[in-house]
Amino acid sequence: MTTAATTPASTAAPARAPAAAPAGIRRPWTEHGLLFVAPFLLIYAGFLLWPLLSGLWMSFTDADITARGSTFTGLDNYTEALSDPDVWASLWNTVWFTVLSTIPLVLLGLLLALLANELKVVQWLWRLSWFAPFMLPSGVVCLLFLNMIYQPEFGLADQLFAVFGLHPDIGWLTDERYAMLSIAATTVWWTVGFNFLLYLAALQSIPAHLYEAAELDGAGPWQRLKHITLPMLRRTTVLVLVLQLLASLKIFDQVYLMTGGGPDDSTRVVLQYVYQQGFTGYRIGYASAVSYIFFAMILIVSLMRPWLSRRRAEEAAR
Amino acid sequence: MSVLSALSTRDTGSRKTRWTPGRLALLAVALLLTLVWLLPLAWAVATSLKPEAETTQTPLAWIGSEITFEAYAKVWETGDLQRWFLNSAFISVMTTLLTVLSCAMAAYGFTRTQFRGKKLLYGLVLAGIMVPPQVLMAPLFVEMVQLGLVDTYWGVILPQVAEPAMVFILVKFFEAVPRELEESAFVDGAGRWRVFFTIVLPLSRPVLAAVAIFVFIMSWNNFLWPFLVTTDPNGMTLPVGLTNVQSSFGVRYAQIMASLVLAALPLLVIFTLFQRQIVRGVAHTGLAGQ
Repeated sequence: MTTAATTPASTAAPARAPAAAPAGIRRPWTEHGLLFVAPFLLIYAGFLLWPLLSGLWMSFTDADITARGSTFTGLDNYTEALSDPDVWASLWNTVWFTVLSTIPLVLLGLLLALLANELKVVQWLWRLSWFAPFMLPSGVVCLLFLNMIYQPEFGLADQLFAVFGLHPDIGWLTDERYAMLSIAATTVWWTVGFNFLLYLAALQSIPAHLYEAAELDGAGPWQRLKHITLPMLRRTTVLVLVLQLLASLKIFDQVYLMTGGGPDDSTRVVLQYVYQQGFTGYRIGYASAVSYIFFAMILIVSLMRPWLSRRRAEEAAR
Repeated sequence: MSVLSALSTRDTGSRKTRWTPGRLALLAVALLLTLVWLLPLAWAVATSLKPEAETTQTPLAWIGSEITFEAYAKVWETGDLQRWFLNSAFISVMTTLLTVLSCAMAAYGFTRTQFRGKKLLYGLVLAGIMVPPQVLMAPLFVEMVQLGLVDTYWGVILPQVAEPAMVFILVKFFEAVPRELEESAFVDGAGRWRVFFTIVLPLSRPVLAAVAIFVFIMSWNNFLWPFLVTTDPNGMTLPVGLTNVQSSFGVRYAQIMASLVLAALPLLVIFTLFQRQIVRGVAHTGLAGQ
């Protein structure tokens, strides 16, 4: 890459120190720079930048899985995607899942962290039970819930209801009204530990003297929570919220493994649709176009974070 | 990062714990939630230890007529899990080594050296943080077909190594390291590479460990990409192979649960052994990494 014009004149020594430097000391800061960066850049260019660009190109073609002999079709894939009711349905399902999962994941993460931080005892137990599921592969979690939790009658969900004499007779994963809820519940169980840890870390970094001062002023536990803890956690909440939105929008594993997008496409999310179009329908061009529409959504959410923190800063400045 | 220092300090017992009714109520809530979180795992273990015929019985029973390891024996005999475990181990270890080494070198290059186009290249790397790997699934697969890397270890490993967020984390770290140690080594005549490998890398051990743990777990648990790029059951990673168990065992629930327990075991062991480092690594790298 020889874009010499853009090279900023740097503050350090000239790019290549002549061999006969006066004091005999080499200018080590300037040496071998590209060699250090090269291995990563090669892999990065080959397996991130290149597919990113070739995917963009393919989204303007009718490429199939071999990508050979494809023809340029302009914006056809995009116009088709935007008028495809299945795309809109899958986008809606993705957003719906994101809402269903993000709200409990953030609130419950906060609640669990507050509990662990307040109780101070047996921290290992809280960490183990709430965070350990996050360590499990999606396959373990999803096959467990699919086979032994959500099965009618003998699944743990129905069995626990039965202990209280209830027989809800709900098709947890087979009824359109509940399938997405069940997937969201599994996701909460699986990943809440991550938000729990971020909140716990934030809680533990709140200076203790704030609480001591409040206590001297006669503030009760609720007032301390409302006037110290929650305001101090606001930055963390922005972070947790944005990370969670991004993670939820990218849902694929749970849907693919537990419902395959069913029943009646009610849980088919965008990535599931991309997968179906690209890998069972072999329409790589079309799948790439849908991917790029999804990518645009992700970028919008990613850019929310600087925007949210800037707004917070402006509020504080007032 | 304050998060890091907060988690590294032990649970501070600064204030005496007095068990007021309020705190007892909180403890009860916490224990109830713990129970809810542990039940699914306990149920998987309980089911795996039942005789196959009793796995679908209906009045809730945690223990069958006998406790049997038959399901485990059956699963073990097929040898599938062991093979997937080895595949996963090789792929995750290689991914971790290559990611840590290449990202540390790149981050060092970006913070400590000068070369033409540095800012442009670094900007290009940072922009990549916003690209979700899922967006690449179709074009990356086509690329792997063209390179002949489908159903190979490298086909699974290489795309996972291109992890720009890790470069960013390490750049932030190197920027905070004082240059004096390196400078004195340079004056003593050591070359840039020797300084990097004998001074910088050992100095960065904690942050490299945090990155390594994070990369290892992410790689071990990665589903979508290994799933797309491996079709041969012999080359599958553990999380991908597991999804085959479903079809090969039919509705043998005890055996399915036994496979899940065996698949979960390595990670749970790692977690209990390295709990503190993992918690710290996830809080630290997870922040910048997602």
